[in-house]
Amino acid sequence: MPSHLPRTAALPAAAILMAVTCSGTLAQKSYDTGASDTEIKIGNIMPYSGPASAYGIAGIIEAAYFRMINDRGGINGRKINFISYDDGYSPAKAVEQARRLVESDEVLAVFGPLGTPSNAAIQKYLNLNKVPQLFVAAGATRFGDHREFPWTMAFQPPYQSEGRIYAKYLLAEKPDARIAVLHQNDDLGKEVLKGLREGLGDKASMIVAAESYEVTEPTIDSHVLNLKASGADTFLSVTTPKSAVQSIRKVAELGWKPLYIQGYASASVGSVMEPAGIENSQGIVSAYYAKDGSDPQWKADDGMKRFYAFLADYAPTARASDISVVYGYGAAQTMAQVLMQAGDTLTRANVMKQAASLKDFVPDTMVPGVRLNTSATDFYPIEQLQMMRFKGHAWEMFGPVIDGHLE
Amino acid sequence: MELFTNQVLAGIATGAIYACMALAVVMIYQAIDHLNFAQGEMAMFSTFVAWQLMQWGLPYWVAFVLTLIFSFIGGIVIERLLFKPLAKAPVLTHVAGFIALFAIINSVAGLLWDFTIKQFPSPFGSSPFLGSQLISTHQAGMIFVTLILLVLLFAFFRYTRVGLAMRAAASMPESARLVGINTGWMIALGWGMAAAIGSIAGMLIAPVVFLEPNMMGGVLIYGFAAAVVGGLSSPLGAVVGGFLVGIFENLVGTYIPGVGNELKLPIALALIITVLVVKPNGLFGRAIVKRV
Repeated sequence: MPSHLPRTAALPAAAILMAVTCSGTLAQKSYDTGASDTEIKIGNIMPYSGPASAYGIAGIIEAAYFRMINDRGGINGRKINFISYDDGYSPAKAVEQARRLVESDEVLAVFGPLGTPSNAAIQKYLNLNKVPQLFVAAGATRFGDHREFPWTMAFQPPYQSEGRIYAKYLLAEKPDARIAVLHQNDDLGKEVLKGLREGLGDKASMIVAAESYEVTEPTIDSHVLNLKASGADTFLSVTTPKSAVQSIRKVAELGWKPLYIQGYASASVGSVMEPAGIENSQGIVSAYYAKDGSDPQWKADDGMKRFYAFLADYAPTARASDISVVYGYGAAQTMAQVLMQAGDTLTRANVMKQAASLKDFVPDTMVPGVRLNTSATDFYPIEQLQMMRFKGHAWEMFGPVIDGHLE
Repeated sequence: MELFTNQVLAGIATGAIYACMALAVVMIYQAIDHLNFAQGEMAMFSTFVAWQLMQWGLPYWVAFVLTLIFSFIGGIVIERLLFKPLAKAPVLTHVAGFIALFAIINSVAGLLWDFTIKQFPSPFGSSPFLGSQLISTHQAGMIFVTLILLVLLFAFFRYTRVGLAMRAAASMPESARLVGINTGWMIALGWGMAAAIGSIAGMLIAPVVFLEPNMMGGVLIYGFAAAVVGGLSSPLGAVVGGFLVGIFENLVGTYIPGVGNELKLPIALALIITVLVVKPNGLFGRAIVKRV
């Protein structure tokens, strides 16, 4: 059976199995609400309906992942009871669902709620009640603030780190760059820009123009014209997929040839590069921490082979090219790792402690070189990104993995 | 100066999107005397139908015509099933109906075709138009089609019996009935035509904004703004309004620092309110006199 488990997960599993069988009665079992000898209840909130329902697939994948874990005997002999509710991407609804999970379903922890607005809305409530809010599916910096919110932990790199990483890359590769930034007028856009400014430090004047846009704008053509007129030779596009596609196409139509950096929120081959036109996307630079499920270069990769096998068995209708599918798998695997580390001490405090004790953990879907590390003072598991350049039909990795650690 | 010309040209190109949508808005307003909040979603759904037909291997123009027919019938069906029973209900009931329709169509489209962005082909290609990088052949084609639609609509409402009957049915249903016009079917016909025009708008807009269930959200608001600026009762006004909104939006965004960038959408809404206060019938609308 261990051969089916991800390699990284198999070792601790075996160790714990040995610990349980050898020491038997010596192991102290202690439980908080939501855990017992047979079951661990994990809550989750997802936008299955509403404007962000495209991301809801992550919740379906997470549920499928825990089903696979249960079919293989569960974690330390306990089945995962994964309870996932819909909030329609509405913060008010998210609060209602969080209360329901904590007070009525009595879950041990809330795992992977999606979206900055919803997570911000439930953050206070969960921290007040000392319920772990683990591996938040949103990149705002506030979700890794261990001092203010000791019961909340991020998962993906905070947007600010991403900005810093681009700054490091530019300072090393193109120190005379004149940078134009197109950014969405929300936490995504603002924090990447902030990170870029911080990363450039006293060379922040390299940013010659910055334009923000609203998600509701039908086209962003006008902004791209202004940015081109600034005389910039480097273009950072911190955009969500629709605007990303439009800006790639507009820059190509204008015959503008800047060093084009696309924020990773929209670096998907299937949902951005292809609609924008493969020929228009050549040479675009980005950075990411997870493998692209539609990228042929991972066909023979061990981790991705397990991912594809999982999809075939447990989520045959999900598309491997969907970043939310890859995301859900990686996040669920990390959650399983934390529960495995927690052993028989399934208290909320210990779950949080184990989440803050990840050491070089590598989920199947991470780009080689990216490792998950946390500590009592570091609540951002992923802070490294691998630079990559779009070539042909896929991303080609280049250079080292860059660290964007926030203090 | 170059930036100014570029922004105006880009404004005209974007304005064509608004103009197209505004035409559909005016069409439904002529037929039912209300704005239809689900108009954008209906157009989006039609566009997905066209996309699906093309995925099945049909050539563009076949898919185009089939989509028109589908949308026309679909519009009539929606009116017969949903709004005919509500005919005597107050305006608020209609608004609730429109909003429900909006949510239903949006979610069903998401369910059928998911939320990832899809490329939609253009019959005009996307090479630069007359050597200008700012207007592509598609956008030029779109302006051209919008103008043709405008002429057709104008002629329809001015010179055909059905068109006149439809106007009569919308503005004075009582009198229209007395002169023998079947007002019920006129309204249904109006829905059908509005849906068909919406589907043309959708198919023209999709190559620019890309096809996904939420593609019409912003567009419809600008379409409303365009229709209000030009006058809700005037197809010509709607088209002119569309181009004006497009250009205005770009120039404000470029030359009024701070305000423009953050407040582009409010600009469209401010425009609606300003026009409603200053010139309630829009630039080209006729004053409506009601006997009390």
